Amino acid sequence: MSSWIDVCSIDDLQPDSGICALVGGRQVAIFFLPRRQAVYAIGNFDPFSRANVLSRGMIGDIGGEPMVASPMYKQHFHLHTGVCFEDPSVATPAYRVRIDRGRVAVQLPE
Amino acid sequence: MSNKQTLVVIGNGMVGQHFLSSLAGSAAMADYRVVTFCEEPRPAYDRVHLSEYFAGKSAEDLSLVEAGFFAEHGIEIHLGDKAVAIDRVAKQVTSAKGLTIAYDKLVLATGSYPFVPPVPGHERPQCLVYRTIEDLEAIQAAAAQSKVGAVVGGGLLGLEAAKALKDLGLETHVIEFAPRLMAVQLDEGGGAMLKHKIEALGVNVHLNKNTTLIDDGVQCRHKMNFADGQVLETDIVLFSAGIRPRDEMARQSGLEVGPRGGIVIDNQCRTSDPDIYAIGECALWNGQIFGLVAPGYTMARTVAAALNGDAASFTGADMSTKLKLMGVDVASIGDAHARTPGALVYTYQNGSAEVYKRLVVSQDKKHLLGAVLVGDAAGYGTLLQYCLNGIELPENPDSLILPQRSDQSVGLGPDALPASAQICSCHDVSKGQVCGAIEAGCLTLGDLKAQTKAATGCGGCSALLKSVLDCELGKMGVAVSTDLCEHFAYTRQDLYNLVMVGQIKTFDELLDKHGKGLGCDVCKQAVGSILASYWNDYILEKPHIGLQDTNDTFLANMQKDGTYSVVPRIAGGEITPDMLIVLGQVGKKYNLYTKITGGQRVDFFGARLEQLPAIWKELTDAGFESGHAYGKSLRTVKSCVGSTWCRFGVDDSVGLAIELENRYKGLRAPHKIKFAVSGCTRECAEAQGKDIGVIATENGWNLYVCGNGGMKPRHADLLATNLDKETLIKYIDRVLIFYVRTAARLQRTSVWMENMEGGLEYLKSVVIDDKLGIGADLEQQMHHVVDTYQCEWKTTLQDEQRLKRFRHFVNSDQADDNVVFVEERGQIRPANDFERKHFKLVEEAA
Repeated sequence: MSSWIDVCSIDDLQPDSGICALVGGRQVAIFFLPRRQAVYAIGNFDPFSRANVLSRGMIGDIGGEPMVASPMYKQHFHLHTGVCFEDPSVATPAYRVRIDRGRVAVQLPE
Repeated sequence: MSNKQTLVVIGNGMVGQHFLSSLAGSAAMADYRVVTFCEEPRPAYDRVHLSEYFAGKSAEDLSLVEAGFFAEHGIEIHLGDKAVAIDRVAKQVTSAKGLTIAYDKLVLATGSYPFVPPVPGHERPQCLVYRTIEDLEAIQAAAAQSKVGAVVGGGLLGLEAAKALKDLGLETHVIEFAPRLMAVQLDEGGGAMLKHKIEALGVNVHLNKNTTLIDDGVQCRHKMNFADGQVLETDIVLFSAGIRPRDEMARQSGLEVGPRGGIVIDNQCRTSDPDIYAIGECALWNGQIFGLVAPGYTMARTVAAALNGDAASFTGADMSTKLKLMGVDVASIGDAHARTPGALVYTYQNGSAEVYKRLVVSQDKKHLLGAVLVGDAAGYGTLLQYCLNGIELPENPDSLILPQRSDQSVGLGPDALPASAQICSCHDVSKGQVCGAIEAGCLTLGDLKAQTKAATGCGGCSALLKSVLDCELGKMGVAVSTDLCEHFAYTRQDLYNLVMVGQIKTFDELLDKHGKGLGCDVCKQAVGSILASYWNDYILEKPHIGLQDTNDTFLANMQKDGTYSVVPRIAGGEITPDMLIVLGQVGKKYNLYTKITGGQRVDFFGARLEQLPAIWKELTDAGFESGHAYGKSLRTVKSCVGSTWCRFGVDDSVGLAIELENRYKGLRAPHKIKFAVSGCTRECAEAQGKDIGVIATENGWNLYVCGNGGMKPRHADLLATNLDKETLIKYIDRVLIFYVRTAARLQRTSVWMENMEGGLEYLKSVVIDDKLGIGADLEQQMHHVVDTYQCEWKTTLQDEQRLKRFRHFVNSDQADDNVVFVEERGQIRPANDFERKHFKLVEEAA
């Protein structure tokens, strides 16, 4: 299992919204849902528009599952799995993310 | 020891794969060990959309095989290994790599190959064909060192190939032997119209041309010599002169083939050997080869059914087609050439709109035999249903192709279709099956598609499917839910009232009191807009940030590559030369693409997220304000020059436009709002096409409301005449706030008016007669909005914390390396996928 990579302070997180971080050369979108006290991380690249924009999408839930809506063409992606709700054959990577002593860290796969 | 039989499938093209997936879904799959050979290095892909490979689609995007398909169903696939011989006595197939597989049943899905006419010189380098992804790669490589390309063949595939060459930036020629394009599908008039339209796109079309020799060119690599003595120089020659069935293995093994090729099959797709089937473009049925994918799919399903022990047969196919060729709609139905004895023909041709339509009807004018549509194929679905189902034509059949000049509908309602009518030809779904699924509980388009597979192939039938669904739901008396979304069981108007009555100030408060879950992009934006129009808080206050879509969040409009556009307000379109120079300097400094908008403003494109604050700092320092181009809010008030300069102007339209724009700037509404003020009835500002239009007359201002220039244009209605300015503004205040309070989510004023019970008269009674007694209340709310206006960019720039969001990365100052521009006409534009790949290669090489 690869190690955790420190990204930013929890103060940099945007409540009910996303930010983008550069983690090991990858663009990672990190979302903070205060209502669930939860943080999620998925790829920032939107497979439909092919632009790095998912961190700028609106978040919420579909049937209780946390999601982000792409700001470009509005497809929804599951924040846990990165899978697109409208077309499950399309997905963006999902990453493990944690908060430890006020710092946000992301784990990349091997 | 397994008692399974072995089924060998030769060929994994579109039809071969359709056969495998049909079989995989049936019980017969358990009875067979399935082995398939695929000559190409990759499994089946969508050849119909091959040209999209040049538009940036990858081989994976075009793939027709779901990941893990072969493993999941235990199908053995030999990629890049061509079956080369069939031994019918030993019942075995041998491959190029030396594999021998014994079969019990054999399916030939070997497809076809492009026919290359035996013109001397056809084997020269860069004389290519257009069939596989490898062919496309060869064309791409050749195009990189070429300027001119010629396609031999002006049929469907030839024109697709020409589009590919055009997209690669080559001067493109189409050479056709026949006197018209798409000779199989189109008649003379349709072919002529298509030629005209394709030439207008910059492709040269040469008809009646017989190529006799290809040899060395002077300017280009090749010279094509034609029978009429003319010549054409070109660097690439693409042959697309038709297809020939790949029947060589069938011939060698002694199966019956047709005199001009093709493996002879019966109605069950059996060849002359009962254990061997043939499907798709290698098969000859009733003397015909079918060069379309739908008949091949039907053959594939027929064989899959036969192996499953079900009765099925292939009894020919409808060869009707509809497609968009280089952006031109082309459709051909049934007997397009009027070959049926006694057939009558109706033709409609509109030279200025470049539309050609032709109907072929039976002698008694009761039935549609065929049709040709070029330039406008909107009627294809309806006409095809008339033709396939033998539905009796209306009294005047030409009403089906003549333009509609009144409100009368000539479309065929879904109710008129018999249950047997085929809705989706890709997956062979009938109207009866669709209705069955609706009765069984599929009440949304998504459910219906998932259940029946209709509209999941080429998608051409989705509009028809939707109309069947709507019609059936109407008959069942199903009320369509007006809930905003799953989080709020209210309409936008309900929520507005809840906010007003409860004096609710945040989304969280509204969600806690009246909703459930976390919210979503639908309800958050709607509530964000309601809160903004009612309270007019700064929209980036912490509780509101998450309610804004990206445009409002970053106070700029997102473009297709993730960069943003910047549009400062230029009230009434009036600007001093000095201010114009500032705009020019900013555009130049940040290397932004610059365009004058239709709304009398200046648009800058290509600003990266992290550049927005610096650009806006310069603009606000110079006195510009946010143009709110990103919001569902007042965008612009267009004006003509009015009485100040114009010989005919009767009042000061510029002065009023500026006053109105400054009054209503920042007002947030269910949809964007545009105004215009014209200084006389010549209407140079096009005020009647706007949400609010004002036109000067000798006796005062005339007020028009609820016009729209969007997708469905609507002229505005005259609400009041001869107004003084004070009354005019009072009425506009009332109309706008009434709209903001009562419209549905994302509903334009035009649709709001059309859906209003009582229509214009009702609106007049509310606004002018104050029938509801809310006039003062409406004005009061507008005063609040006017008084609390702030330039959102100015506020944002004053807040360091806020500006932190305008970085691409939270933890790095790097820019997004996926944003790449190229230059066109002296300015930047986003690189397309092809250019982007090229750019990366250049960078890596450097």
